[in-house]
Amino acid sequence: MEFFDIFLLEAIVNGLLLGGLLALLALGLNLVFGVIDVIWICYAEIIMVSMYGIWWLHSVQGAPLWLAFVFGVAVAALLGAALHHFIVRPVLTAEPINQLLVTGGVLFFLQAAATVVFGIEFRNIGIQLPGVSVGELYLSMSRLIAFGVALASIVATYLFLTRTYIGTAIRAISQDREIMPLMGVNASRIYLLTSALGGALAGLAGCLLVLQYDIHPAIGLSFGPIAFLICVLGGLGNLVGGFLAAFLFAQFISVGGFVFHLEWGYVLAFVFFIVMMFWKPQGLFARRQ
Amino acid sequence: MTTNARRIGLALLALLLVAPLLGIGAYPMHLMIMAMLWGFIYTSWALMGRLGMVSLGHGAFFGIGAYVVVMLWNHFGLPPLAGAIVAVLASAVLALLIGYPCFHFRIVGHYFALVTLALAEVVRLTIVGLRDSTGGSLGVTPAPGIPAGESASLFALQFSDRTVWFYIILVMWLLSLYVWRRVDRSMTRLALQAISEEEDAAASIGINVPRSKLGVATLSAVMTAIGGVLYAQYQLYVNPETVSGIAISLQIVFGAIAGGMFVTLGPTVGAVFLLLLSESLRILVGNQVHGLDMLIYGALLVFFIIYMPKGILGTWLEWRERRAG
Repeated sequence: MEFFDIFLLEAIVNGLLLGGLLALLALGLNLVFGVIDVIWICYAEIIMVSMYGIWWLHSVQGAPLWLAFVFGVAVAALLGAALHHFIVRPVLTAEPINQLLVTGGVLFFLQAAATVVFGIEFRNIGIQLPGVSVGELYLSMSRLIAFGVALASIVATYLFLTRTYIGTAIRAISQDREIMPLMGVNASRIYLLTSALGGALAGLAGCLLVLQYDIHPAIGLSFGPIAFLICVLGGLGNLVGGFLAAFLFAQFISVGGFVFHLEWGYVLAFVFFIVMMFWKPQGLFARRQ
Repeated sequence: MTTNARRIGLALLALLLVAPLLGIGAYPMHLMIMAMLWGFIYTSWALMGRLGMVSLGHGAFFGIGAYVVVMLWNHFGLPPLAGAIVAVLASAVLALLIGYPCFHFRIVGHYFALVTLALAEVVRLTIVGLRDSTGGSLGVTPAPGIPAGESASLFALQFSDRTVWFYIILVMWLLSLYVWRRVDRSMTRLALQAISEEEDAAASIGINVPRSKLGVATLSAVMTAIGGVLYAQYQLYVNPETVSGIAISLQIVFGAIAGGMFVTLGPTVGAVFLLLLSESLRILVGNQVHGLDMLIYGALLVFFIIYMPKGILGTWLEWRERRAG
């Protein structure tokens, strides 16, 4: 088969690596939705803030990279908790669509805040990781790292949710938010905790993205929509569905982008998403009622 | 509406009709045109938005309106008035194509918002991807069509005199208010109101849910596309980032909500408010601090949705009613 050449294989492998990263992107968003029932439209902007945090501490202040990463995750976790406490909590009982839109306002706010503080120049932490050759394949080291870390953190999150006391409480709340408070679960504390965890996962995604991409205030817009669509495709709040959908999406972007052109990969993925919505409106891996 | 309010309304309309003759400067004139243009677009969005169909995809229709007309004019010499018909048809077909399955399979709430969001991104990426003909992210200007020695060309739909634009857009804006009222008083609205509250109950009393929704959604999409045509021809510059995608889609939603999407003039009030806000912030803050105006803008949006979910006009009317009652 002539068509199946080494470059196509490379595109598929790159798609697989991208899939891991996208799965991590979707994980925090899905977790927050599953537990609090709110979509953070500004999720990618939290990632952007953590990327700036890492860049600032490492490139401006000269701190070691690992410290900058810890800082980036902490900032994002704090931001997630603050977002919940100050913005989402007041509208928890309002119309669902207002909850979605209020975080849209935060999107503009964070984007503008980044512009005011850091300007519109492209920044990067100036780290160029070497490539890796596997047989005839040429892969980027930063993508491999991102893939590995993303998978590890997804497994860690899964274990946290299933094996710990707090994780069990989080899952319980997501299954029945009316009954659990009666059973003595402090719902508002669980919400705050979940938001911080969602933020921390965004921060972790920021650590991985900062290795591959330049930072600018509007960078959230380039992967935010993808993260939402993955969550919807997998069934909002369904962590396993989101995980699988991420890999499906990544293949469309990577192989579609390889066969045609980068934007067309995204267009294909989005069109695929719209068609799938009509076929399976509750997501590919809808939770059984 | 009380007779008093009606009188004030007519007086304001009369003032608006003669405004260009009063010799107001070019800048206030531009602001009024933009306020009416956005008022037109936000009103179009609110037609469906207030009935529970919150679309985050109107940037798709706006972008189609703007780009179809400019592309057909630049590449095929098709006059924009004919191009506008193509744009209207294209947006109607797209709205039906997306709307039919959405309403048929009952995609509502978050899911509907995110499906339409995907649509907005598809259109933006398609425009960027077709960069050989669209100019990609750099945007494109319609080829100049005004013959030498003249100031206007209906063939090219280009007018160097703002007064012409003022009246064109005034008429379109009034038309959108008229459409709003027609939809408001029609049977469809009652049906849709019932649907947005309880879809099953509405279906059980014999309302054809998908068809009722589809009609309003298509109307809303087509009007938004016309808004895109007007925007492109008035500004004489289009860019995929500003006429399509998630940013403009959110702006349309916020404008309508800030003003109040449940009252006729609400979206227009939202347009005036957003325009005055961004312009005054731009003048006050200046261009030294890049992004400060957007910062305040975003903060105010959050404030509005938390504390004034019915919008400026909606909240004001409610307050007045409560005082009177």
